[in-house]
Amino acid sequence: MKRYVATRLALGLVTLFCVTVLVFVATNMLPGDAATEILGRGATPETLARFREQLGLDDPLVLRYGNWIWGLLHGDLGQSLTTQASINEAIWPRLWNTLRLAGLTALVSVPLAIGLGVLSAAREGSFLDRALAMGALTAISFPEFFTAYLLILVFSVKLNLLPNLSTIFPEMSFLEALRAMVLPVMALSCLVTAHMMRMTRTSILSVMSQPYIEMAFLKGVPRAAVITRHALPNAAAPIIAVVAMNLAYLVVGIVVIEVVFVYPGLGQYMVDAVGKRDIPVVQACGVFFALAFIGLNLISDVLAVLVNPRLRRPGGGR
Amino acid sequence: MSDENILEIRNLRIEALNGQVLVDDVSLELRRGEVLGLIGESGAGKSTIALAAMGYARAGCRIAGGEIRIDGTDLRGIGPEGRQGYRGMRIAYVAQSAAASFNPAMRLIDQICESPLRHRQMTRPEAEARAVELLGKLGLPEPAILARKYPHEVSGGQLQRAMAAMAVIGRPDILVFDEPTTALDVTTQMEVLALIKQIIRDLRTAALYITHDLAVVAQVADRIMVLRGGKMVELGEAEQILGAPAQAYTSALVAERDHSRPLMRPLPADPGAPVLEARAVDAGYGGGKVLSQVSFRLHRGETLAVVGESGSGKSTLARVLTGLLPQMAGEMRLDGRPLAPGYRQREADVLRRIQLVHQLPDMSLNPRQPLAKIIGRPLALRSGEKGAALQRRIAGLLDLVGLPAGFAERFPPQLSGGQKQRVAIARALAAEPEIIICDEPTSALDQLIADDILRLLMRLQDELGLSYLFITHDLGIVRRIAHNTLVLLKGETVALGPTAEVFAEPMHPYTRKLLVSVPQMRKGWLEEVAAQGPSEP
Amino acid sequence: MLLFGTRIPLSALFGATVMVLFILLAIFGPWITPYAPDATVGKTWTGPSTEFWLGTDNIGRDILSRIIAGAQTTIGIALVTTVLSFTLGVSAGIFASVGGPVLDNLLSRVVDMFLSVPVLIMALIVLTALGSSIPTLILTIALLDSTRVFLVARAVAVDIAARDFIDVARLRGEKMPWIMFHEILPNAMPPLISEFGLRFCFNFLYVASLSFLGLGVQPPQADWGGMVRENGQAIAFGILAPIWPALAIALVTVAVNLVVDWLLSRNVKPSGASAEL
Repeated sequence: MKRYVATRLALGLVTLFCVTVLVFVATNMLPGDAATEILGRGATPETLARFREQLGLDDPLVLRYGNWIWGLLHGDLGQSLTTQASINEAIWPRLWNTLRLAGLTALVSVPLAIGLGVLSAAREGSFLDRALAMGALTAISFPEFFTAYLLILVFSVKLNLLPNLSTIFPEMSFLEALRAMVLPVMALSCLVTAHMMRMTRTSILSVMSQPYIEMAFLKGVPRAAVITRHALPNAAAPIIAVVAMNLAYLVVGIVVIEVVFVYPGLGQYMVDAVGKRDIPVVQACGVFFALAFIGLNLISDVLAVLVNPRLRRPGGGR
Repeated sequence: MSDENILEIRNLRIEALNGQVLVDDVSLELRRGEVLGLIGESGAGKSTIALAAMGYARAGCRIAGGEIRIDGTDLRGIGPEGRQGYRGMRIAYVAQSAAASFNPAMRLIDQICESPLRHRQMTRPEAEARAVELLGKLGLPEPAILARKYPHEVSGGQLQRAMAAMAVIGRPDILVFDEPTTALDVTTQMEVLALIKQIIRDLRTAALYITHDLAVVAQVADRIMVLRGGKMVELGEAEQILGAPAQAYTSALVAERDHSRPLMRPLPADPGAPVLEARAVDAGYGGGKVLSQVSFRLHRGETLAVVGESGSGKSTLARVLTGLLPQMAGEMRLDGRPLAPGYRQREADVLRRIQLVHQLPDMSLNPRQPLAKIIGRPLALRSGEKGAALQRRIAGLLDLVGLPAGFAERFPPQLSGGQKQRVAIARALAAEPEIIICDEPTSALDQLIADDILRLLMRLQDELGLSYLFITHDLGIVRRIAHNTLVLLKGETVALGPTAEVFAEPMHPYTRKLLVSVPQMRKGWLEEVAAQGPSEP
Repeated sequence: MLLFGTRIPLSALFGATVMVLFILLAIFGPWITPYAPDATVGKTWTGPSTEFWLGTDNIGRDILSRIIAGAQTTIGIALVTTVLSFTLGVSAGIFASVGGPVLDNLLSRVVDMFLSVPVLIMALIVLTALGSSIPTLILTIALLDSTRVFLVARAVAVDIAARDFIDVARLRGEKMPWIMFHEILPNAMPPLISEFGLRFCFNFLYVASLSFLGLGVQPPQADWGGMVRENGQAIAFGILAPIWPALAIALVTVAVNLVVDWLLSRNVKPSGASAEL
């Protein structure tokens, strides 16, 4: 068990390393001269030279990667090209904001999705099941900004209950911040809940097709108990995987939602930087998003083992 | 309803949700302590009826009409909660696969005790004590420790017994056995059968026993109902059904189970040089050895049966001969010339001469190709024929295996199991081979259809002078078609020689065990074999 | 509703109808716009009227005309991307299933690496470096998406490659292309067709999202994601201008998903949960 966690952790680190290479190479694959490409043809030779030096463009790629990763390991994310400010100072509060948003969304959507998924599976083929399926299908089909604008239209413009922008300052009280975050959390939850609910339902139904479920029914176990005692424990591992995977989707959805609501998080920071072609900022944000993604997958893998007796206690008479 | 009937089913009708009728107007009654065998081929509706006896219909079908009375109460009239009270208590179920019937996330004892605890029949300590006692009675060592294990921690045989304990713990009046021995090797089947008979005798319960094997049902059933396509064909005392069947269909089933008549022609006294020869072949996967020191000779027009249980290496032998799995050591010769180990190194003409017919035509025929392509491709590759000439050859091959020429445009999913296997044979013939390796070609088919396929293979051998390497676990088939037999046990040769000699005394204890384990329709066979005791080979 | 002997549910029929409508729009759009899509023809952000059915946008262009004109760009890009991604992903997936363990492992590890970064994030990173243009957009998303297609195609193909008829073909001396395209591909098609629909939806939303973020199709070319962006601020005043293009995006995705859902549900057997107890 410990060995499995250790191996999985090591594997995660290797993946993370590969991803930093990927991110670095992707940001450095400009055709021709990067400085001219980014600053445009009108740039003076002096600006170009300074720019090159700042990016270390005259060094070989491997050395540049080495410098970058060395800084990263020491918690130095570098300097923004546009503002010249340290990325460290800008990124931490934004990361915290994004984590708050994601955390709140997870808090709302995970229980909701699992509950609805179980309900839907337990009543397979019923009106409720079909209604939930249709609702989920609609929700996953809507682009995040559509859901967001609909919510703004209803709750902010028509009902005037909530702010349409979610600008958050460090000085804001917790409740004020919470109020500002209601709409983005709702918009994100719609999408994530729908994905998760559909997959939870599928996981449970695939367990419900197993012969041991039929055996439980034939032993006279009531339906509710068959689902809670026989189906759910076996569906736990796939459900955990589903939850982790969708929280990873959340990472993507959050970028768009932050832009819609002008929420000062990592996603908006990154999109701004992409527009300005501020490579060091994009790299830093990319690594953080990948880290969250890889971390979630790692946690889900380990949890899946923890809930599965077959993996937890290998051995026996085979 | 008479008092002695514990179960009565009247005019049962079960439909699929798409309206197809699965069971049509079936009635039966089961007396206390009586065993009724339900027998039929696939699609006969036997399992559906057995589940309906518990008031249960699988997803996708529903009980559309009729009465199911246990002790006079109609299960259809008492609602789901009412039926729950009967299941596990009055009527209990034993499934085909024990491994699949246990919840992998629960300890055995919790699953065994679940029914009596749910129905408040026993307290937890009582139920657990009873479970351990039952496991012990069923011949499991250290039952108290075993009970605390998870299903994946115990062996398949132990799970079989645990499933029996799970069924009988609530002291039910009726047990439903749904093909409990079908997935087992022949020697294990015999032991499980003896166990089932012991349970029925000791507890004096009534039972419904579902199987497709007449010889199996002959050992346990007092009365037998023959089913076909969801309808009853015949119902009678076991002796009458087996000895003097009234219906033609039953007669055909009984006759087929009678293995006495050989189908093959005798070999000439001097068969000449061997077509295919293996000398001390070793093979395996990864580092593990599955076959060791296997040698044999196969002559023109000869059938060599390769016999063994699962894990004996018989299918591996087929893969080695075709070159799909290069051997680790040893040598193979085709017509006296060495045969390259891997198929990639073999010339097209060598590949052509050895063909393969698989067990499952669903797997061996590409479902997305019409028969004209399945059979036509090897023809075209071999002869380069096209157009009308090719069409004529395809029609000729279809005719040779007994299929109409019009089938050329059909796809495999449109054919029945037997027809598909004929197509697989036609495809092998398209290469004009000398040797066909048959890997259990009939074991997935219903008995009567399997019989037809065997006759077809024998006719083709006669007409075309083919040599067969026939892999099977069914000794009945071996005696009917094989000139020579090779018996494998865990990859090693136990016996090799003319079939009659291999099966005659004296012989290797394993061959003997295999032989005695083949169920016979004779009453009392099981007792005779069981009396000899379980001898480990 | 019965068509060609198959029962098609109303939802799928609705989806198919909407799909056909939008495809027609994408093809004939340029000829049927009421106004020139790039011309300022009215005041800024007027509401729906008989003159401008869906109102006007931030610089007084007719929204309906721009939606009709944008159909070609928006749907076209997503479609080309998906076709490209599928060609790449499916070929590689099938190749991995029959090309031996070394190749399979190599391809799978490379794909694993791409899978550890979300598509949208990776696309943002690549677009930073390369700048945004329609060909870059298509190639980037297609390449990233093909890694997801690879996973599905490989899983389907590995299952098929293990069947006996593949051995039979090998023993007949068939070459790799025959095995890939005559034996495996036809059997992989049914699951891949619905996967195509799903991937189209994802790509469609990626392209729309990137344009919405200002990193996809560049103005003045009309495309739906970009239109939402241009008119986004209007929502605070209760003006529906950004809703219409967003609704168009939502409608297309819902329609495709409805059809895909039906295709998938045809193969789903009811589970034990719906047994008659």
